[in-house]
Amino acid sequence: MSSGEERILTYAEAIREGLRQEMQRDQSVILMVEDIGAYGGAFKVTKGLLEEFGPERVRDTPISEIAIVGAAIGAAIMGLRPVAEIMYMDFLPIATEQLVIQAAKMRFSSGGKLKIPLVVRTQYSLGRAHAAQHSNFFPVWYMNVPGLKVVAPSTPYDAKGLIISSIRDDNPVLFIECAVLYYGVKGPVPEESYEIPIGVADVKRKGSDVTVVAVSRLVHEALKAAEELEKKGISVEVIDPRTLNPLDRKTIVESVKKTGRAIVAADDCKTGGVTAELAATIVEGAFDYLDAPVVRVASPDMPIPFSPSLENQYMRWAKDIVEAVESIV
Amino acid sequence: MAKLEVEIEEIGEVSVQEALSLGLTAGDLLRMYRKLVELRLFENRVEQLYLYEARIQGTAHLYTGEEAIAVGVARAIEGFGYIVSHHRGHGHALAMGIPPKEVMAELFGKETGVVKGLGGSMHVAIDPKRGALWASAIVGSGIPIAAGAALALRYRGERGVVVGFFSDGAANTGAFHEGLNLASFWKLPVIFACENNQWGMSMPARKSVTCGRVAYRAAAYGMPGVIVDGNDVLSVYKATKEAADRALRGGGPTLIEFITYRLKGHGVYDKATYRPKGEVEEWEKRDPLPRFERKLIEAGITTEDRLKEIRDEVAREIEEAVKFAEESEVLRFDQLWEVIYA
Ligand SMILES: Cc1ncc(C[n+]2csc(CCOP(=O)(O)OP(=O)(O)O)c2C)c(N)n1
Ligand SMILES: [Mg+2]
Repeated sequence: MSSGEERILTYAEAIREGLRQEMQRDQSVILMVEDIGAYGGAFKVTKGLLEEFGPERVRDTPISEIAIVGAAIGAAIMGLRPVAEIMYMDFLPIATEQLVIQAAKMRFSSGGKLKIPLVVRTQYSLGRAHAAQHSNFFPVWYMNVPGLKVVAPSTPYDAKGLIISSIRDDNPVLFIECAVLYYGVKGPVPEESYEIPIGVADVKRKGSDVTVVAVSRLVHEALKAAEELEKKGISVEVIDPRTLNPLDRKTIVESVKKTGRAIVAADDCKTGGVTAELAATIVEGAFDYLDAPVVRVASPDMPIPFSPSLENQYMRWAKDIVEAVESIV
Repeated sequence: MAKLEVEIEEIGEVSVQEALSLGLTAGDLLRMYRKLVELRLFENRVEQLYLYEARIQGTAHLYTGEEAIAVGVARAIEGFGYIVSHHRGHGHALAMGIPPKEVMAELFGKETGVVKGLGGSMHVAIDPKRGALWASAIVGSGIPIAAGAALALRYRGERGVVVGFFSDGAANTGAFHEGLNLASFWKLPVIFACENNQWGMSMPARKSVTCGRVAYRAAAYGMPGVIVDGNDVLSVYKATKEAADRALRGGGPTLIEFITYRLKGHGVYDKATYRPKGEVEEWEKRDPLPRFERKLIEAGITTEDRLKEIRDEVAREIEEAVKFAEESEVLRFDQLWEVIYA
């Protein structure tokens, strides 16, 4: 984690700063975004970049998800470093063939001849009362794809460092942001450019009784849960994988070997979800050290309801993590 | 009532005379003939290797009958052009100058193949240093990728064009429509080269292309549409050169529909019994190879004897390619881990 940095940025500002610094550093970085022109990008993450870098580098696109990702791939194999934005993760399935069946296979199917320095940024809007077609978090569909990297930062510090390393990476990277964090989370972010290696988890809080592995938004819920549990005398270690593929299994397993107990938490549905992969990782790597079953804190297996109070009940919160921890200690 | 103007340029047979006036030399014409022969004999040999010798596995989509397109296009963009190929790509690979032995070794799954035996028949036209950028086996998906490659050229101010190949079936995918629209929106130096071989597997183009002609769709995306005799290598050359010149001048994309015919089944094992009686015979009369031979001889460019020599030379080269492929090794499985990520 960062040292005693004074500067505090929101998650959205941190991503914007990472994008801006990479664009300043490297002429080959271009953005392709729907509604970046007059609108500034749907979530204003890219605000000001058009003015700073001009329309050749910050490209407004028609509503053509296939062509946005396809064209970004074509530009990438020709040596540019395009960052394409898919406004909602719910729209990514339209372009999934391009990302998964084209980009992710290109290095391999070209016998190593091609490099695909592509970033596809997207966000999930769970918690914003956007209903079943504008709220989904689908990371496992993409984690299951060798050749693609999947990144899902939870803090402004990580978001900036990881967007920078994603842009510098010569492989296709799916960069999944979380919309409620954009302006809902602030944190220290150094002004200078820095990379966070893809494939390295971060221990967000040290603890000794139980490990909570949480992803994206739920990292913050896990930290709240940890505070509460500390008051009850339970010491919780919170691990944020930060990148889902490659997944830093070692850090997760080592932590569980130490604590002997594990909760895994993510905002996607339970069946076949991220939590399944995390739980399997723990069982495979630390079975003999486990003093209790691994408990999953995941979204229920149902479409996401609109009604804010129903959505609230659908979502997982610190209290669910507290409950899960208490069920095994 | 508002009306959509559909203005289509048609390019029919181009004479040797005209071709010479377009800047091709007699030597160029003979080299193009040699390429046509290379593509044809390669496919003939591949068909044998599959069907009668069972020496290659998987599938292959033969380019037989469509050779004039790859050869004419490759000549027209030589030195500054790139292509994105598709599942029927042996001809694209050879036309772009990938040696037959590398293409053959790829079909055999050997490490000496164009893409180390990891791609096979549907991914042979991938060799960026020769301008072959990528070959998608998902129908239509290469179209926006070609547009994106053209964006990179434009962005860097490089003199170049990208040709995105696809066939009639692909003209019905979403990727086609989005790709053309985006290319027009950004005025990219890309040529959308539809090889209308009349069939998409067993679906006839006359049914699937609901507006009648693929080229008409150009009007919907604000770009010129051109219909070309795709079995005349010189028409292909002329049309591609025109489109490439326009792209290089900053005039944006062109959709060219090359009218041709898939003389074989969809894949090597397809007997294509769904085709109407007599259709193949009708198109054999327009076979691009004998047509070009007649033109060259009639124009006094060469003699039948010289053409035969060329055919014999190429046949020997293809045999050497088979031998090379046969004698090459397969990659070790543990080497695969090294090519997943850059
Ligand atoms: C998206 C997609 N759908 C279906 C297929 C299966 N398929 C492979 S080739 C083909 C026919 C394609 O027809 P066309 O685009 O005309 O190309 P041609 O085979 O004539 O060269 C089909 C249906 C595929 N590869 N990709
Ligand atoms: Mg076809």
